[in-house]
Amino acid sequence: MVDAHPSHEPVAPALVEVSGLSLPAAITHLPRPDPYLNVEDYEPEADAMALNMGPQHPSTHGVLRLKLFLDGEICFKAVPYVGYLHRGVEKLLENRTAIQSVPYVDKNDYVSPLTGELALVMAYEALLDVEPPPRAQVLRTILMELQRIASHHLWLGTFCLDMGGALGGGSSVFLYNFRERELILDLLEALTGQRMHYNALMVGGNRHDVPPGWEEKVLATMDRVEDRLAEYEAMTVDNHIFRSRTVGVGVLDPLLALEAGAGGANLRASGVDHDLRRDAPYAAYGQVDVRIPVETAGDCYARFLVRIAEMREAIRIVRLLVSGIPEGPIGALKPPRHVNAVKLPPGEVYVGIESPRGELGTYLISDGSPIPVRVKIRPPSLHAVSLLPYLCVGATVSDIVVILGSLDPILGEVDR
Amino acid sequence: MDAPLDRLLARFEERVRVLPALAGQTAVEVAPADLVEVVAFLRDEAGFDVLLDLVGVDRLGHPEAPTPRFEVLYHLKSLAGGARVRVHVPVPDDTLELPSCWRLWHAANWLEREVWDLFGIRFAGHPNLCRILCHHRFEGHALRRDYPIGRRQRLDAPEAFLLTDDPEWA
Repeated sequence: MVDAHPSHEPVAPALVEVSGLSLPAAITHLPRPDPYLNVEDYEPEADAMALNMGPQHPSTHGVLRLKLFLDGEICFKAVPYVGYLHRGVEKLLENRTAIQSVPYVDKNDYVSPLTGELALVMAYEALLDVEPPPRAQVLRTILMELQRIASHHLWLGTFCLDMGGALGGGSSVFLYNFRERELILDLLEALTGQRMHYNALMVGGNRHDVPPGWEEKVLATMDRVEDRLAEYEAMTVDNHIFRSRTVGVGVLDPLLALEAGAGGANLRASGVDHDLRRDAPYAAYGQVDVRIPVETAGDCYARFLVRIAEMREAIRIVRLLVSGIPEGPIGALKPPRHVNAVKLPPGEVYVGIESPRGELGTYLISDGSPIPVRVKIRPPSLHAVSLLPYLCVGATVSDIVVILGSLDPILGEVDR
Repeated sequence: MDAPLDRLLARFEERVRVLPALAGQTAVEVAPADLVEVVAFLRDEAGFDVLLDLVGVDRLGHPEAPTPRFEVLYHLKSLAGGARVRVHVPVPDDTLELPSCWRLWHAANWLEREVWDLFGIRFAGHPNLCRILCHHRFEGHALRRDYPIGRRQRLDAPEAFLLTDDPEWA
């Protein structure tokens, strides 16, 4: 029997204490490049050139523009430009009632729309002091974890696509991942009728109850996804080319990650053990023992390992919960008859949940009318993209594509 | 009462006002002049190591007609303790300016640009206060309550894409 990870043996890394957190010493306090370097001051003899990457470029994972200043093939300054997908979602939500709002947030993080919905409806529920019934809470947790698996599948596929033909002929891993993501979308379609923009949650509960036989389909799909996950690992974990493209590339200092507000796998791959599902449980996460994978190398490979481990953990949580969905109603409020049915009390509330990309928050201000005064969405991807001026310096153009992919930003969420 | 809040009140006394908050959340209000000192204390001595979000609020049209019109909120999170705190800062109506916190948190850099872009509130000491979400030729500030939701501006200047003639840099 060959060890599946012969090259990835857990070695306890040296730790350093910084403000109450134990961080891996090897990647903490790394030197930081100056994001405001004056290009004119860079070595005049160097063969410097500016390269525009994006906004329309397949490797930018959306509509992101990166202006790179290169010395040969090494980047010495990177400037990200966001905002190409700005649709004014917050302005729209300030003119919509609670019931009308949910479909708008679906389009923010379009790779995991359900997490956006949950962050919004949980904020309304906190404001109204409404607790969804246990059946809705467990169903929501299952949906979140199914969404996390689907989201990480799409990430893994595009990440390997970024590395080009080295991995089994270019788009193999990409298309294999879409195959498994389809299976999960089938489950979500059976429940909600939609494959992408679900509108599945509403204030006080869920919109759709489980169709007959859904639990068995979920369990069968989890078995299949878990089997296939082992195939992906065989294609990547010990693939020499994959490792040489990712190990030691884009090392993220945990202190910089914290300062920039990065979250999710990006933070946990740099040795920060933090996950809201365990540290501030919401929905039904308090009923399961969520194990949080943490890596300490901080590079693209560590982020990859964390996400793969998160997929296995999500499969485990779904299996635990799906066999014991409690009976009962799926909504705490009467089904709404018109858009103004939810009356908001005055107040201000913030709710944060763990999306596949980090802490996704919603801040809600109400003055007592059915339409909120202010809805602020805290997108984790914005903070991931803001790391690029630091991570890209010293990397080659081909590495920058990998670094960007490893951060897993969704530009629809960055720009809102 | 939670410990970080007690320490904040012990340190700053009447310069920090505790606001009523829902759902067990903690909210305080400080004057613009005390902002940087208070958040630096929260970061360095109370363990609030993450600046989660920065929220601009426009109270125009509010029934109680509060002054000042704008307010900026700083959401802070402590990883070790799991605590959160919200720092409300009223923005002076005459200057519409607050001190920048970008030297404390790199996250404040883009978040302050966003508040400037959407509300027109300036942050003194920010290295590059320019629009981040809207087009650089956009006129007005879209999230102000007196900006009509239906107003359209046609902005498709091709020169924005030129590398040599770029008005903004992040």
